Amino acid sequence: MDETIAVAPAAGVSFTDEVCSIPGGDAIRSCIQCGMCTGSCPTANNWDYPPRRVIAMVRAGLREELLSSNSMWFCASCYTCTVRCPRDIKPADIMHALEVLSIRSGLSTKKSRTPIMYQCFVDSAKGNGRVYELGMMIKLFLKTNPFAALKLAPVGLGLFLHGRMPLRPTRIKGMKELKLILDKAKNLGGAK
Amino acid sequence: MKYYSYYPGCSAEATASPLGISVPPVARALDIDLAELEDWNCCGSTPYHSTYKLEAGVMAARNLALAEKTGLDLVTPCSNCYVVLSSVNTHLKELPSFRDNVNEALAAGNLTYGGGVKVRHLVEVLYTDITPEVIASKVTKPLKGLKVAAYYGCQLVRPNGFDDPESPHSLDEMVTSLGADAVPWEMKAHCCGSSLVMSEPDVALGLINKIMKNAQERGAQCLITPCPLCQINLDAYQSQVNSKFNTSYNLPVLFVSQLIGVALGIPAKELALEKNIVSPMRVLAPYL
Repeated sequence: MDETIAVAPAAGVSFTDEVCSIPGGDAIRSCIQCGMCTGSCPTANNWDYPPRRVIAMVRAGLREELLSSNSMWFCASCYTCTVRCPRDIKPADIMHALEVLSIRSGLSTKKSRTPIMYQCFVDSAKGNGRVYELGMMIKLFLKTNPFAALKLAPVGLGLFLHGRMPLRPTRIKGMKELKLILDKAKNLGGAK
Repeated sequence: MKYYSYYPGCSAEATASPLGISVPPVARALDIDLAELEDWNCCGSTPYHSTYKLEAGVMAARNLALAEKTGLDLVTPCSNCYVVLSSVNTHLKELPSFRDNVNEALAAGNLTYGGGVKVRHLVEVLYTDITPEVIASKVTKPLKGLKVAAYYGCQLVRPNGFDDPESPHSLDEMVTSLGADAVPWEMKAHCCGSSLVMSEPDVALGLINKIMKNAQERGAQCLITPCPLCQINLDAYQSQVNSKFNTSYNLPVLFVSQLIGVALGIPAKELALEKNIVSPMRVLAPYL
């Protein structure tokens, strides 16, 4: 498990600048608040603040309020907003950038299990060079709600019985090099 | 023969093994040479790219650097790997500081990436390079009378696919080229909830229900999809949807490669048809 080191933004850097500095986060300045993103989003009714409001909140500098919300964690990356936006903003990429900032700032919400699921996935991908889905799922349920696992157990069992849930992870040969590369990336600025 | 570098993606080795197993024999039958990328690693997928941007960037870029050495287009059958690898590829072209950081990190593993790889989805290769006409010419078991709902999911066609992002047609054309009927339906490119099925199951099960309902109402006997996550959601979670919404769906969900394989006369075993959770054997029996 990665230690989460909360990082505050540098003095004088606006929330909008911060979002723009992350690959995919730029273009947020040209939003005209038309609401096409919210109207297109299949999960928007679960968000603390729906997509259009998320963008308005970034530009209004409501950093902590937004980064601690559940909003961006409900983005399923369907990219419907992205192909419909009349200003060529990529709202889904902006949601990913906000997730990055939320983790980096130590503000990620407990109201959604998605941040923990993502972290379990990352740990698995880093650990073997490939994702080990069974291990990741078990870790997720142990960390969140072991009882929820019981409800979903038939799904896992079904996959297992159909030979789709190997009991052992696959590890890449170049694990040593991959680790060196990842460590270097982390030193270069982690989430940037 | 057409030559490509092949990136199966992690799921194709496990939860989406029917995809991983069925692609190679289908490729051989269509004169496609897929050389698996030596020692590929996880692309980072949406979870990594939504948490640690630069680390995730190098996860994807290591594969691009390995692929660049082959001089071939990098083809993946996984829609999420496709979006992630191609979007990092674009960011590396457009954002010099990101590229410099990524290359500095890659150097720690004696790798470098010059930006020369083209990332492609297997469905795009089948549609554009091979074409439905050529596929049709190789069909030995026409799927006459089979009603198929082609489910594109999201990331094959969005944000930067080769087909219409909201009303795609490439898979429907492929279904027709196999002799089957592509049923017209509305939910073909709507979201299934992707990995939210694990963290927010109620949300995802609701979306899956809408897709299954529409496919059933339009008379589909089975669905096909290229995407591992979509296939698992629609196939393995179908029983959960049934208990939650009091429905009784019993619709097989095949990978595109599996259905093409059946029409090309490839034996069921080589297509891993027994690994689908909702068995497709009943609807496919006339063609096997």
